[in-house]
Amino acid sequence: MSDVLTGARIGVITFPGTLDDRDAARAVRLAGATAVPLWHADADLHGVDAVVLPGGFSYGDYLRAGAISRFAPVMDVLVDAAKGGLPVLGICNGFQILTESHLLPGSMIKNDSLSFLCREQRLTVENADTAWTRGFRAGQEITIPLKNQDGQFVADEHTLDELEGEGRVVFRYAGENPNGSRRGIAGITNAAGNVVGLMPHPEHAVEVGFGTAAESGPRAGTDGLTFFTSVLGTLVTA
Amino acid sequence: MGRVVVDVMPKPEILDPQGKAVAGALPRLGFTGFTSVRQGKRFELEVDGPVTDEVLAAAREAAATVLSNPVIEDVVAVIDAASLEAVPGAQA
Repeated sequence: MSDVLTGARIGVITFPGTLDDRDAARAVRLAGATAVPLWHADADLHGVDAVVLPGGFSYGDYLRAGAISRFAPVMDVLVDAAKGGLPVLGICNGFQILTESHLLPGSMIKNDSLSFLCREQRLTVENADTAWTRGFRAGQEITIPLKNQDGQFVADEHTLDELEGEGRVVFRYAGENPNGSRRGIAGITNAAGNVVGLMPHPEHAVEVGFGTAAESGPRAGTDGLTFFTSVLGTLVTA
Repeated sequence: MGRVVVDVMPKPEILDPQGKAVAGALPRLGFTGFTSVRQGKRFELEVDGPVTDEVLAAAREAAATVLSNPVIEDVVAVIDAASLEAVPGAQA
């Protein structure tokens, strides 16, 4: 990894009830960047080059998943920075926070099965031009963990048509739709391509020995790492 | 002390998985007459003084911006709890 990349600082926000901030920070480090812990009550991004909103159950999912986190002090500065082009990745609960913050359209409701799902999920990469997916190629199939209860992506037909028409569907569930998400959508981006949200968890598949099942070994799948190396490439070329 | 009741329901076109699960449980307990169940949320907002028009306006704004997500939910009622209590047999 070059010095240019190791110089990148990627913030990981912790809210009360966030679970996956440590794994997200580990993914950032394994990609070659420096992970900067950010705190929900601190209205300061500390000059980071990109931000990850990790998964979990911020505020216990009270009211609606992500609904209360939206009003955290750090979100005010994050929303402005995201509108200014800062790369932001929302994973699971982080995706829910991005929709509640209106940085991304749609919302998530309970899985149609009513069950908490925890599985390795195949996804098709639909858009390989976003800040977080440039290391993939369009049409590529990847596998990363999916674990949630409120994972069913919903939006009105007009919004769905707009997302499809503008190429803003970033990931679709491959094979069977696990949770009833409209049009099998697993992840989307904003018009500029710097804000990406998805329900599955790339940060849990970043290191051989601790990843998903792969041809090269039972825990050898590291498709999630490409999210983090992609954004480093974005920062270098920016 | 005044109280405003805010009722929020999932939009009709949005599948309500919780309501569906409840609908599935009812017949098992012998309640076979209910053809559909939808589950929503009720908020009770208290204020120190009486429920004025200003209080109701603020409650409506809170209902639209925080208490509900317009993508998936409708605010179906924002009412002074006292008006509910005035109805015989109703409980606010």
